[in-house]
Amino acid sequence: MDRVWVLAETGEQGPTALTLELLTKARTLAPAVEAVAWGPGTASIAAALGEHGASRVYDVGDIGGRLPGAPVAGAIAALMRDGEQPDAVLIPASYDGRDVAGRLSAMLDRPVLTNVTGLAEQDGSVLTEHPIFGGTKILHARFTGEGPGIYVVRAKSFASEPAGGAAAEVIALPPVDAGPAGAATIVQRHVEEASGPKLDEAAVVVSGGRGLGSAESYALIEELSHLLHGAAGASRAIVDAGWVPYSHQVGQTGKTVKPTVYLACGISGATQHLVGMKGSKNIVAINKDREAPIFSVADLGIVGDVHKVLPALVEALKSRS
Amino acid sequence: MHVVVCVKQIPDPAVPGALDQVTHTLDRSGKLVMDDSDSYGVEMALQLAGNVEGSEVTLVSMAPGGETSGLRTALAMGAARAILVSDDALSGSDALSTAKALAAAIRRAEPDLVIAATESTDGYTGTLPVQLAELLGMPSVTFAKGVSTDGTTLEVERQTEAGYDEVTCPLPALVTVTAGVVEPRYPSFKGIMAAKSKPIDVLSLADLGIDPSDVGVRGAREEVVDVADAEARAGGEIVMDEGDGAARIVAFLEQLKVI
Repeated sequence: MDRVWVLAETGEQGPTALTLELLTKARTLAPAVEAVAWGPGTASIAAALGEHGASRVYDVGDIGGRLPGAPVAGAIAALMRDGEQPDAVLIPASYDGRDVAGRLSAMLDRPVLTNVTGLAEQDGSVLTEHPIFGGTKILHARFTGEGPGIYVVRAKSFASEPAGGAAAEVIALPPVDAGPAGAATIVQRHVEEASGPKLDEAAVVVSGGRGLGSAESYALIEELSHLLHGAAGASRAIVDAGWVPYSHQVGQTGKTVKPTVYLACGISGATQHLVGMKGSKNIVAINKDREAPIFSVADLGIVGDVHKVLPALVEALKSRS
Repeated sequence: MHVVVCVKQIPDPAVPGALDQVTHTLDRSGKLVMDDSDSYGVEMALQLAGNVEGSEVTLVSMAPGGETSGLRTALAMGAARAILVSDDALSGSDALSTAKALAAAIRRAEPDLVIAATESTDGYTGTLPVQLAELLGMPSVTFAKGVSTDGTTLEVERQTEAGYDEVTCPLPALVTVTAGVVEPRYPSFKGIMAAKSKPIDVLSLADLGIDPSDVGVRGAREEVVDVADAEARAGGEIVMDEGDGAARIVAFLEQLKVI
């Protein structure tokens, strides 16, 4: 491949970690790496994008409060119609990234490969890796039609490393009218971030699942994560049940974590959850059911009642400090 | 207000999944059931329709062999009718081809609101709903954890990495709902009986004006190269808690120098 684009997302402190991971990977796939960004602050992230390998950043500009899916995909599609042709577009597997990928796919009439956790060039085509069946199998796929290939890549699939390049050249794109498809607008943002280390950055993550039995028992998870200077996570089941906010969710549609230690408490280990935490360096699981899939990935598994083990663990840790 | 809900009929998730040895596509030859993820969309549709006078809920699905058992479940919950896209040439379709077929069927229904799950339980690519919205020329709001509408405007609480956003857009629009957004009702006996006589319109590719070579295996522009066993984690130590579970965890954490 000659040219790869990366959809760059901006967080509170510049480009998101996943954006930098994708730029780092893109450098190994093609000599020319360029980014596409949106929002009012593209100029301020040009240095970080450049440092990670982007020579240019195409700036969609401020899209107001609109959801980015339609306007950002529209700007990328317009750029391609004007003759700029990348061989691949790497898109972060985030809420907004998925929206852009779906829109772009339909606009360009190109399929998408999602849940990508690996990308490697082989015999002139790019081979993707996808974990399936709870991560017990790895599927390799590739595009067979005309490019560009659209790849939606999961967080922490690659390490991010700066290459020491100069700031990316900012190229402002003409405004795109996304029409009725771009009419969804954000009225108000709500941040539910908890105190302590961030879930996807913490060295220790303590997560709770359905086995806790009730929303009240989640307090044990929070106390334990606090004692271990870690972050509190959750399975989709209890997030969907309304016990804890979505921002705590670990898994396919939540956050991907790779801490030094992951403690899964009362979590059975559905595919949805496993793909988000299987990369943890050490996994401890507590579950009543010896047959729970979580034990297949655990380094230490305690077959027992979380309501007995967790309070004892909290007491033991308290008595040490 | 006319609400269309996308319903996927999938192999029973209780039965371990398998891939076809030759095509590497998911084996869908057994009995299909309604994807549990879609029960939330169906419930949401029924509730929203109940709040706006003169509303109706139509289901849209694509499945091989005229499969309707999953649709009957959703009809029993209270949807008025269903459209099923079924054609042998659709076998092996990727998400975009599936979106094209569904879009053609949904366009006929002239919906004000289209509801889908954020992702299916069996394939979980999660791209189809937004592709569908683009093909239909509609705005889309994904990952909704709360939805309301007066029949003209859609108000959504959309999940984000840090919390949630309040999002608004005019109808017609497409929304994807997360599991747990509402509590799906159980079909009543009366509902199950009534579902047997509710209309299911079965459409072929010819009915939809789609060229069979654009979809299915022939139209797919991606291929599975191989499927391999993932690198297994070294076997861990699994022990019964004999009152020493906490102590074992403490020892493990000490060994890792986490505490």
